[in-house]
Amino acid sequence: MPRRIVTAIRGVGHRAIDGTWRLGYASRFFVLTLLKSATAFRRPHLIIRELYFTGVMSLIIILVSGLFVGMVLGLQGYETLQKYGSEAAVGTLVALSLVRELGPVVAALLFASRAGSAITAEIGLMKATEQLAAMEMMAVDPIARVVAPRFWAGIMSMPLLAAMFSAMGIFGGYLVTVVLIGVDEGSFWSQMQSSVDFQHDIVNGVIKTCVFGVAVTAIALFEGYDAPPTAEGVSGATTRTVVTSSLAILGLDFILTAFMFTGVN
Amino acid sequence: MTSENLVEIKDLNFSYDKRPILKGINMTMPRGKVITIMGGSGCGKTTLLRLIGGAIKPSSGYVKVGGQIVHELDSDGLYQMRRKMSMLFQFGALFTDLSVFDNVAFQMREHTDLPEPVIRDLVLMKLHAVGLRGAHNLMPSELSGGMARRVALARSIALDPMLIMYDEPFAGLDPISLGVIGNLIRRLTDALGVTSIVVTHDVQESLKIVDYVYFVSEGVIVAHGTPQEMRESDAPFVHQFIHGEEDGPVPFQYPAEAYASDLKLERGLA
Repeated sequence: MPRRIVTAIRGVGHRAIDGTWRLGYASRFFVLTLLKSATAFRRPHLIIRELYFTGVMSLIIILVSGLFVGMVLGLQGYETLQKYGSEAAVGTLVALSLVRELGPVVAALLFASRAGSAITAEIGLMKATEQLAAMEMMAVDPIARVVAPRFWAGIMSMPLLAAMFSAMGIFGGYLVTVVLIGVDEGSFWSQMQSSVDFQHDIVNGVIKTCVFGVAVTAIALFEGYDAPPTAEGVSGATTRTVVTSSLAILGLDFILTAFMFTGVN
Repeated sequence: MTSENLVEIKDLNFSYDKRPILKGINMTMPRGKVITIMGGSGCGKTTLLRLIGGAIKPSSGYVKVGGQIVHELDSDGLYQMRRKMSMLFQFGALFTDLSVFDNVAFQMREHTDLPEPVIRDLVLMKLHAVGLRGAHNLMPSELSGGMARRVALARSIALDPMLIMYDEPFAGLDPISLGVIGNLIRRLTDALGVTSIVVTHDVQESLKIVDYVYFVSEGVIVAHGTPQEMRESDAPFVHQFIHGEEDGPVPFQYPAEAYASDLKLERGLA
C-alpha cells in the first residue's frame, strides 16, 4: 500500500516536471521564432506563400460560418427584442455581439481547427520524413525558414479573417431581419452606427484577434515542431493543437474581456 | 595527423540517457575515398553520422572534420562547416512542397546570390549527372523510391561539398536502382573528388564500390580493412555479417530464460 502511494506521488511529480520542462521549451521556441524572424521579413515571398495557405484557404469556412452565425443572431435577437417593441435595435445586437465577442472567438476557433491543425500536421510530417533534419544539415535554420514565415502569416491572417467573419455576420443579420422579416432598414443601420464605438468595440475586437492569432499559431507551430516523428505522434500533436488552442482562446477571451469591457455600457 | 584525412575520429564515446551507444571509436577517413560503416540495425551507425554532422555532441572524444573539432564549433561555425558537407537521408528527405528542380536549387538559393539563369543551368547539370534532367518539373510524390534517392543525391552535390554522408542509401530499393545508386556514389566521389561515408548494412552492393570498410557492433569497431580483406576475413562477426548467417556472434535468439523453464517443463524433464 505505501508503495502505491509513493508511485502515485512520483507520477504526479513526473507530470509536474514534464509539464514545466515543456512549458520552458515552448517559451524558448517562441523566443527563438521571434529572434529569427528577420529572414522571413527579408524574403516576403515566404510569408506571402503562407498567407495564402493559412489565410486565403480558410476564407470559405470563415465566410460561410460568419453568414450563418449572423443569420441566427438576427433571428434570435428579433424574437426577443420584438417582445419589447425594440426590434429596430437588432442591428446593434448583431453588430456588438459579432465585433466584441463572436467574431474574434468563433473565427479564432475555426482558424485553429482549419489552419492550426494544418500547420501542425505539415511541420510534424516534415519532421517525421527528416525534411527538417535535412534542412539543418544544409545549414538552413528550420526555425527561420519554416517556422517564422508561418508564424507571421498566422498573425496577419487572423485579424483579417475575424473582420471578414464579422462583416459577413452583419450581412447575414441584415438578410434575415431586414430583407426577410422586414425590420426598418434605416433604423437597423443607424442604431448600429450610433452604438458601435470604434475605440471600445472595434479596436478592442482587433486586439483580441491579434492575441488569438499569436496564441493559435504559436501553439500549432510548437506542437508540430515537437511532435514525435511517427504517424501516431503527428496525429496526437494535431489533436493537441485544436484542443489547446480552443482552450487558450476561451481563457484569453475571458481575461481580455474583463480588462476591456468592464464598466463599458 | 596529415591533411590527407578529411575526417578523424578519436576515442569517441556517446551515451543516450546513460545507455552507451558508441564506445571508444577511432576512425580516419582519407580525402577522395568511399568509406563504409557497416553493422546491424541499432549498432550506432547513424549516431556516428549525426556526430560527424554536429547534430549531437559526444560524451567524450572528438570528431574532426577538415581540421576542426566539430563539437567545439558555435552554431555559426557549425553552419559554415555544414555548407561544405551534405547528407543523403535514408528515404531522400526531399521537400515535398517543392518540385524536383526547386529541391536541387534550394541550397543555391539559400546560400548564394547566383542569378536565376545560372541556377537553372547548374540544377539541370546536377540532375543530368543522376540521369533525371527530364524529371525536373515533377513533384516528389510523383517519383519512385529510386528516383527520389537520385534527386536527393543531385541535391546533396548542389554546392559541391567536400564530404557527403549517406544514411542507408540502398534501403528499400529494387536491384536496378540499387546498382544505379551504388555506381553514382562511386562515380560522383571520383569525379568531384569528395569524400563519401556510406552507412549501410547492404554488404554485397557496398563492397563493390567502397575503398575501406569499418564494421561496428554494439558501439565498438570489431573489424576494418579493404573490401578484399573483409571478404577473406575469418573474424566471426565479419564472417557472419558478410555471409548473412543466421547464428553466430550475433545470436538468433533474443536473450531469454531457459527454453524448458519458459515452457514450464522442468518437472516433466526431471
